[in-house]
Amino acid sequence: MLHVARWRVLAVIIVSLLGLIYALPNALPQSVRDSMPSFLPSKTVNLGLDLQGGSYLMFEVESQVVYKARLEAVADDLSRELRGQRRPGELGSAKTPILFAGRGLTPDGQVARVTIQNPADIPEAIKRIESLASPVIGLTGPTGRTDLDVKAVPGNVIEIRLTEEAKTSMTRRAVSQSIEVIRRRIDETGTKEPAITRQGVDRIVVQAPGESDPEKLKRLVGQTARLTFQMVDETVSPAEAAAGRIPPGSVLLEQPGEPREPQVLVRRRALVTGDNLTKADPGFDQQTGEPAVTFQFDGAGARAFARASTENVGKRFAIVLDDKVLSAPTIREPILGGNGQISGSFTIESANELATLLRAGALPAPLKVMEQRTVGPELGRDSINAGATAGIIAMLLIVAFMILAYGLIFGGIAILALAVNLILILAAMTMVGATLTLPGIAGLILTIGAAVDANVLIYERMREEELAGRSTALAIDAGFKRAIVTVMDANVTALLTALILFYFGAGPVRGFAWTLSIGVITSLFTAILMTQVLVAAWYRQTKPKRLPI
Amino acid sequence: MKWPFIKLIPKNTKFGFVRFSMPAAIVSVVLCIASLVSCFTLGLNFGIDFKGGTVVEAVWDKPINLAQVRERVGNMNLRDVGVQDFQEPNQAMIRFLPPEGADASATVDAVKAELRAIMPGVKFPRVEVVGPKVSEELGVNGALALGIAILLVVLYIWTRFELQMGFGSIVALAHDIILTLGFMSITQLDFSLTTIAALLTIIGYSMNDTVVVFDRMRENMRKYKKMPLGDIIDLSTNETLSRTIITALTTFLALLGLTVVGGETMQVFTVIMLFGVFIGTYSSIYVAAPVLILWPPKRGAEKAAARTEADARP
Repeated sequence: MLHVARWRVLAVIIVSLLGLIYALPNALPQSVRDSMPSFLPSKTVNLGLDLQGGSYLMFEVESQVVYKARLEAVADDLSRELRGQRRPGELGSAKTPILFAGRGLTPDGQVARVTIQNPADIPEAIKRIESLASPVIGLTGPTGRTDLDVKAVPGNVIEIRLTEEAKTSMTRRAVSQSIEVIRRRIDETGTKEPAITRQGVDRIVVQAPGESDPEKLKRLVGQTARLTFQMVDETVSPAEAAAGRIPPGSVLLEQPGEPREPQVLVRRRALVTGDNLTKADPGFDQQTGEPAVTFQFDGAGARAFARASTENVGKRFAIVLDDKVLSAPTIREPILGGNGQISGSFTIESANELATLLRAGALPAPLKVMEQRTVGPELGRDSINAGATAGIIAMLLIVAFMILAYGLIFGGIAILALAVNLILILAAMTMVGATLTLPGIAGLILTIGAAVDANVLIYERMREEELAGRSTALAIDAGFKRAIVTVMDANVTALLTALILFYFGAGPVRGFAWTLSIGVITSLFTAILMTQVLVAAWYRQTKPKRLPI
Repeated sequence: MKWPFIKLIPKNTKFGFVRFSMPAAIVSVVLCIASLVSCFTLGLNFGIDFKGGTVVEAVWDKPINLAQVRERVGNMNLRDVGVQDFQEPNQAMIRFLPPEGADASATVDAVKAELRAIMPGVKFPRVEVVGPKVSEELGVNGALALGIAILLVVLYIWTRFELQMGFGSIVALAHDIILTLGFMSITQLDFSLTTIAALLTIIGYSMNDTVVVFDRMRENMRKYKKMPLGDIIDLSTNETLSRTIITALTTFLALLGLTVVGGETMQVFTVIMLFGVFIGTYSSIYVAAPVLILWPPKRGAEKAAARTEADARP
């Protein structure tokens, strides 16, 4: 009667001790943790941004831009194919030209169209355009599919779209590249390790803990920083261009820093891009003394720029960053050394930022901020303190209540189980690296209230069994046996809802789900196993005639 | 040992719960209809999590001139601008939607710059920007979470108990959620992600309570095969009554502790939970169980043969 298997006693002792060891570092100051021997765990629980302070930024990679760039390249190349010209390095005789017109992209940039003059040429035209397609690389290697979907539509028009596989693969690559670029940029500034993670298909989350300036972080992460050197188109006057007469192959861009020339007409084709930079440093313009960015091209970039500048002495070129003209100087002499300087209206800080961005490279596609949450570190500290106060108040109230309701012994056992429960939750969260948030603290406090429920169920059942005329030992035994079924059923439903919260919740709410689900599991352990061991020990010690409840 | 508290809850109560189930049902139905009407007329006060938009909390070392802030921010071509004081006179809360098509995140930086211009050294302890796409997804996910939670819980009850009991619990859950939404609609409390967490916790709590009563009913139905269902319900509810009250009280005490935690979202969470604990306890006794009178579960000999685990109890 009331025999408790030895393994249960051992399990209770071992789990409680382990819990204590893993939870302990959370109560120790940093200095003590650092000086502890290395075999002891020293990890502390992760605090969410709402408790620690910091910034959470969710970006979406605008993959449409990448799709559009690919289709633009195809639209450019298809004219050579249709004309039957040889590709660079291609052998054999030229093919017969196919007459076409109206080549271009739809306004949303997701379909390229070309009109074929002679309907008889359409099958051959499709074949030639399809030869421009490139294979799609999936996660595990080539997929055997190509990236272009070419088909004829009524009106002698051929439409070219990207296949879904191609889009998926391009998005995936754009997100990976973006993450790499963001990491380089952040490393460059030496900021306190922000976490950069991919979320879903096309999203990137950047979390920076502690005191941080979200605006600076956004500029650093969110700027595409695509630098290009393009010739200024001087075939039409600025007035004509502003009136809308823009020659094909040129584009009118803003020049924000120059009120005398707010817009500049430039050639679309870039002479050299930021990809060809090997160095970029903040410096000063030697003539004006204003802040500037000095740079160095790599071999290919230097050659391309030397050739272009030699051919265009006396003409102007534009230095363009993210479709905005920084400056548009005149080429006075061929620039052969491969280094140069970007001046514009920089401050020391903005020159520094641009140099950092250029060194880290451009993002493959623009990033759009979808969600931003910033919490000041002081507010976070206040929340932790408020949470701790709330926990202590709740704990004291419940301790008083349980002792009033069940007496010192049974009430005391329930409170001991509750204390161990809290320690185990903290230990489990520390071990698995779960994040504690403000709603998580609420979940923890709620668990205090709910965890005693299992003890209450067991005690009430014992009380009933005794009233029904059973001996004390039988009542205790039956109380446990029957109540456990109820406790299990009741907790499974709680666990189900907690898991759903975990799956669907975001950020702080997920923290709530963490504490709730861990709390359900640990309270099963403390309420059932631990309470049983303690009550049995008490019974063996005192051999009572009646239950004190 | 005589503890005063024990006397508050007599050891053997014999309340005739079922006797009042008809008036209780009428009250429940009326309240549910009122809640639905309120939800559709007054509506719910969705926060930026589900509506999208921006919230900026500002703290200055001097009292903030709200009228001036209202004027300056109001002139920035934003939509739905709201400026309100917040706890202390040196704190303010500014809500707005960015202009159609504008980058929300850039807009908030412009607003911060404007506020810095009129209040040098102002600090922004909390800034939240939720884009329209994200808020839509959060809404869909929240609704999905509630739906799936209800479904899983009901499936679980069905497999562990009877189909009729699963039905009883789904009615009780619907009752709890509708009343809580009605409560939120009448009080116009901020409906945020944390509210979804609170609703799911209420579901968990209410089910926990229902399961305890159902569990006892299952046991009593096996024990007293001839007893009428109404008496079984009364007996089971009475037997579990002291547990029901004590657990409601401990949860209530825990929530009482939480009221000291500041911040609008946590306050709303605590208030909803307090409401939910009350409603969840009520619904286990007066919604889930009486539904079984309308659609009684199978019992008696044909059931006893089917159940192998029957009479586990001596």
